Amino acid sequence: MDIKVLGPGCPKCQQTEKIVKDAVAESGIEATVEKVTDVMEIAGYGVFGTPAVVIDGEVKSVGKIPKKQDVLGWIR
Amino acid sequence: MNEALVLTGQNETIEDTPDNDVQPEPSQIDWKGIWKPLSLIVGGFLLFFFLPMDSARFTQSVIESLALAKWYAQEHVLLCLVPAFFIAGAVAVFVSQGAVMKYLGAGANKILSYSVASVSGSVLAVCSCTVLPLFAGIWKRGAGLGPAIAFLYSGPAINVLAIILTARILGPEIGAARAVGAVVFSIVIGLFMHLMFRKEESAKAAAAMHMPVPEVERPLWQTSLLFAVMVGLLISATWGKPAQAGGFWSAVFAVKWLLAGGFATMLGVLMVRWMRVKLYKLIIAMVAVFIPALAIPQQPLIAFSIGLVAFVSLLTTTRGETESWFTASWDFAKQIMPLLLAGVLVAGLLLGRPGAEGLIPSAWISGLVGGNSLWANLFASVVGAFMYFATLTEVPILQGLIGAGMGKGPALALLLAGPALSLPNMLVIRSVLGTKKTLAFVGLVVIMATISGMIFGHFF
Repeated sequence: MDIKVLGPGCPKCQQTEKIVKDAVAESGIEATVEKVTDVMEIAGYGVFGTPAVVIDGEVKSVGKIPKKQDVLGWIR
Repeated sequence: MNEALVLTGQNETIEDTPDNDVQPEPSQIDWKGIWKPLSLIVGGFLLFFFLPMDSARFTQSVIESLALAKWYAQEHVLLCLVPAFFIAGAVAVFVSQGAVMKYLGAGANKILSYSVASVSGSVLAVCSCTVLPLFAGIWKRGAGLGPAIAFLYSGPAINVLAIILTARILGPEIGAARAVGAVVFSIVIGLFMHLMFRKEESAKAAAAMHMPVPEVERPLWQTSLLFAVMVGLLISATWGKPAQAGGFWSAVFAVKWLLAGGFATMLGVLMVRWMRVKLYKLIIAMVAVFIPALAIPQQPLIAFSIGLVAFVSLLTTTRGETESWFTASWDFAKQIMPLLLAGVLVAGLLLGRPGAEGLIPSAWISGLVGGNSLWANLFASVVGAFMYFATLTEVPILQGLIGAGMGKGPALALLLAGPALSLPNMLVIRSVLGTKKTLAFVGLVVIMATISGMIFGHFF
């Protein structure tokens, strides 16, 4: 599974990355978590607002820090 | 010996000399982790070692700096900043970004998209880290370069907190000029950029736009009423004593705490009706506020402080959106207060307060940016464009500069060019827009700021 955390590097984006990584570790699912900081690449996903989480090309959350429970739900 | 030793940096030079057959012991000192705190300590030591305590100018400046911080603490923190943080938090939580972005999409009406972009900064860009992704999104996926530039400029320039504090400290004329100037600027600069680079605009890929989902859905009239009540509370609480008695201004001043109490009550009622706040809690809060308000009316700050504490307890003891509201406001306060305190202290130290000099002689300031000449305005715009101002710190700095003899025109020029641009921010914009467009953008901002400064300085 391919997970991307989109965000230029504000504290909220780092928090999101941590939550996603925690969720992946907790679920035991094999997944790569990549942080995307390039603004044009972020815009390429059609995402208006950060932090955003993209899983296998599908935008799951925009503009907020997701809850760990939600992330677990998306990757299961 | 083991390989790890060979790999550490300190051993490399010794490795090169083959005669050395004994492997030296590796250093236990990890300079990487030491040099940063060490240089801070040494720097602090040198600072205090050479602290010019004998210089009357220096000690006077330190006292000025503390006096300025005290003035802010007494006059502005409780009545202006704290309510403004709650308003900004409410904007972040209650205003739906998706509803605004609808007008900035690929198929949006051009006139509408410019006007929405020019004011939406105040609503969408409450967090600086959302400005650039939104900008890139509007440019590449939405309404195009013009509206995107309008948004990029208006975002930091018409931030709610900044306008409130500017009007409060530098005066209502310059606050209003800043707000109006920022809106006009963003539209004009956006249009110019669109015309200059029209040929380069490529067709928009019609792609899905992913908007942040608002945490709360509420009809527009409810949100508007909520904001109207909060702004009313802020304005009545900070209503200044007019210079002459009589007339509308002093009539309002006489009843300002009654008005503030009325708005606070309305806010409480709205919170009970729409936000799951329990009525009995509101009644307890109101009793707690009205007792000191009636018992010691000559000290309104006591009742006001109790009111703030009561308001926070209402927010935090109710589940749901009030919690998000509190968290968003707290995020702003946490981020901005330390920067603002540092800004006030530095501004006081370097520039003093109005009527008292700081480290920098007032004659220099009035020589460079006094009066309202083309040179003074241009200088202020260029300095503003390159200098980095942490959120809101431009206000104490300008207060110091005006006190030291800066003209009102150059002050406005600096305000219009300053917060929207800085050298680090230009580099980031360049990575998105490219050198040519960035230069055009910066040039337009500087020219327009200079012209507006001259016009404003001519009239005020």
